Amino acid sequence: MIFSFDLLFEAVLFGVLLGCFYAAVSIGLSVSFGLLDVPNVAHPAVMIVGSYFTYVLCSYGFDPIVAGVVLMPVFFVLGVLLYRFYYESFEKRGTEAGVRGLAFFFGIAFILEIALILGFGVDQRSVQAEYIGSSWELGEYRIPYRMLVAFGVALVLTASLTLYLSKTFTGRAIKAVAQDEPALRLMGANPVRIKQWAFGIATGVSALAGAMVIIIGPVEPAMDRIFIGRTFCVVVLAGLGSMTGTLGAGLILGISESIVLMFFGASWAPAVAFGLLLIVLGIRPQGLFGR
Amino acid sequence: MAEKLLQVSNVSKHFGGFAALTEVSLEIAEGERFGLIGPNGSGKTTLINCISGLLRNESGKIVFNRKEIGGLPAYQRSRLGIARSFQVPRPFHTMSVLENLLVPSAYVVHLRDSEGETRAMEILKGMGLADKAQALASQLSQVELRKLELARAMAAKPRLLISDEAMAGLAGNEVDEVLKILFDLNAQGITIIMIEHIMQAVMRFSQRVVCLDAGKIICEGTPASIVKNADVQKAYLGA
Amino acid sequence: MKFWISCLVVALAAGGLAISGINEYFFFAAFVVLTYIVLATAWNILGGYAGYVNFGTSAFFGAGAYAAVVLFQALGAPLAVQIAAGALTGAALGFGVGVMTLRLRGIFFAIATVAVVFIMETLMINWRYVGGATGLQLQRPEVMAPFTTYARMLFVVMTLMAITAVGIARYIQTSWLGRGLRAVRDSEEAAEANGVPTLRLKLIACVVSGALMGAAGAPMPMYLSFIEPASTFSLNYAIGALAAPMIGGTIHWLGPVIGAIVLASLQQIVTVTISGEINVLVVGVLLVLFVILAPDGILGLFRKWLKSSSR
Repeated sequence: MIFSFDLLFEAVLFGVLLGCFYAAVSIGLSVSFGLLDVPNVAHPAVMIVGSYFTYVLCSYGFDPIVAGVVLMPVFFVLGVLLYRFYYESFEKRGTEAGVRGLAFFFGIAFILEIALILGFGVDQRSVQAEYIGSSWELGEYRIPYRMLVAFGVALVLTASLTLYLSKTFTGRAIKAVAQDEPALRLMGANPVRIKQWAFGIATGVSALAGAMVIIIGPVEPAMDRIFIGRTFCVVVLAGLGSMTGTLGAGLILGISESIVLMFFGASWAPAVAFGLLLIVLGIRPQGLFGR
Repeated sequence: MAEKLLQVSNVSKHFGGFAALTEVSLEIAEGERFGLIGPNGSGKTTLINCISGLLRNESGKIVFNRKEIGGLPAYQRSRLGIARSFQVPRPFHTMSVLENLLVPSAYVVHLRDSEGETRAMEILKGMGLADKAQALASQLSQVELRKLELARAMAAKPRLLISDEAMAGLAGNEVDEVLKILFDLNAQGITIIMIEHIMQAVMRFSQRVVCLDAGKIICEGTPASIVKNADVQKAYLGA
Repeated sequence: MKFWISCLVVALAAGGLAISGINEYFFFAAFVVLTYIVLATAWNILGGYAGYVNFGTSAFFGAGAYAAVVLFQALGAPLAVQIAAGALTGAALGFGVGVMTLRLRGIFFAIATVAVVFIMETLMINWRYVGGATGLQLQRPEVMAPFTTYARMLFVVMTLMAITAVGIARYIQTSWLGRGLRAVRDSEEAAEANGVPTLRLKLIACVVSGALMGAAGAPMPMYLSFIEPASTFSLNYAIGALAAPMIGGTIHWLGPVIGAIVLASLQQIVTVTISGEINVLVVGVLLVLFVILAPDGILGLFRKWLKSSSR
């Protein structure tokens, strides 16, 4: 292991970009699990499906980001349907929602992964674009353009979602339903429809997140598993329900992973997210910024 | 002079930035019938959760039977003699009514099932639930569920029973049924804290009443004096 | 008493089959089914009885397998010792994960189990002594008489392990421990308020579950005379161990057994008639269907059918 402050700085720089990417990828889960309390372990799998759909659209000539944006409304609808289904089958029945809800989403994630293997095979897929492959030279450091793209999209996503949740009526209703459902009912709003809408947004955001995943690097069907670690790590570290916390937590993860990648190699980097998650769960399960 | 069974001193509890309880203090004597009232969200259930152990208070002391219990987990507090019913009934829904009582029977009183069943049937008879003993808890009506909550609490042989809104949403005669059960239990020597919104029930039952609002105690006294208190009226009806 | 007599009959039958002239393929297939019976039964002790879902069966299973390999390579340990080591390793892992996450909500425990799989796999990939990413070939010792092949011997071993696992599950289910776990599952707060030491019981269930999974993993390297991380920590074990009780029924020890047999048979049929990859999809689809439509599993459906036909 060669250590130098130059390398460390490069790792941190890369880590900041990576961290913003992780934040963007996790923000959908921050809504569906952090706010709505849906045990959506299939969130990363849905996102990877988004990556593959992006791949398909790109083979028709779409730019990856455009593809991601185009997929957002489609995934929004899918999210609404999925939540509706989950609600009717589990949340309404109340009592055993815990085990069965978890098993349900685990089954969905598994089915999605296998479906991707059957449809696309286990090989990696990637997309091409002008900004993929070239880098921005900043003094001695090379910053890959695709990381900047992901960074930019991530910031836009996080900012718009945070603004949406605090400034718009529906957004605040979503935050309210997380804190006090009976009060919301008394105000005349239908909690189920609000949750449905929120889950749809979370899933729609996953589509764009998926596009970014395949922009950053090649994807394969089993990638949802490592992203379970990363997204839940970010959401738990941030503290459930905190949107801005997601950004901070994402940065912490991104920088940690980048440093491990730089100094210990690629075979150890995937374990960082899970290791960090276990530590947070063991020491401070309520996270850094949460309710 | 009756011994102080429960002493709550300056208990505070926060949820993030929200202060659910601020410096709450009260004392309850053995054998007392104690009423706890307050508008929705005033902290009544939070206080009960702190006393029974489902929540930990951040500051203050809770002393039960001359023993400080603030650091003990809930299951140990139940073995010391604190029992509580839940505002929204939480039966063990895959078990029969009888089996529900066998849980505290085995885990609090440490009775073997054969003895536990005999005792449980007596309790159920006293509550009018004996014929439902083999029924699944998930099949009971609302008032039966409330009675089950109390029966299950009784099976733990408590010294202090906390009844959390046992009568909420019940019809008039059902309220009387539950009230009678609570009076009978108190007659057997059990100290009872009653949380209720049904004023006439609280007034008939309690020897002393405390009113909570926004996490603080705003009034304490006999039922008659509480009803006349201006702060209490303001808390319930708004300024 | 009836139960133990049936177990004895099963054990004797297994022994009889093992020294008979039946087709060798039977033992390979049966070994896999029996492994899943053990894994499903183990899973259900924590998942079905206590309500805490384990996504990481592969971690415990794999830990047992690798523990066996280490002991075999280092000390030439016999199979019985390997199994004991597997059980201990699984138990320790169960305790570690449990202590860290069982006081939190169920989903955090579930995610932590995914983490453990990942971390275990990463550790084994980077550990050269057990072969790292490429794996390790094992030199099996001579097969013990009266068995003629390893498959036959391991078939009997696995049958005994399955009987043990089911016996343990049955004991837990019918004992005071089972009632406490059910109380935790039905309403953890009410259980705690009624004297049940919820964390302690959950930990016991987690440790027992982990131990059984680890024990089930130990014979695997001998079975294959080979071990490597990717297939050992495969998601298939996790989904199979979870799907079998969900499909068979989670309240009773028979549920995981029925579920494992049904699933394994179905998988064999699908593999032979359609394809090997589709059969994995079948497990996932069945899981989701049962969780939604028949939450009490096959046992639940059977009970309902009995009730309606007795009117």
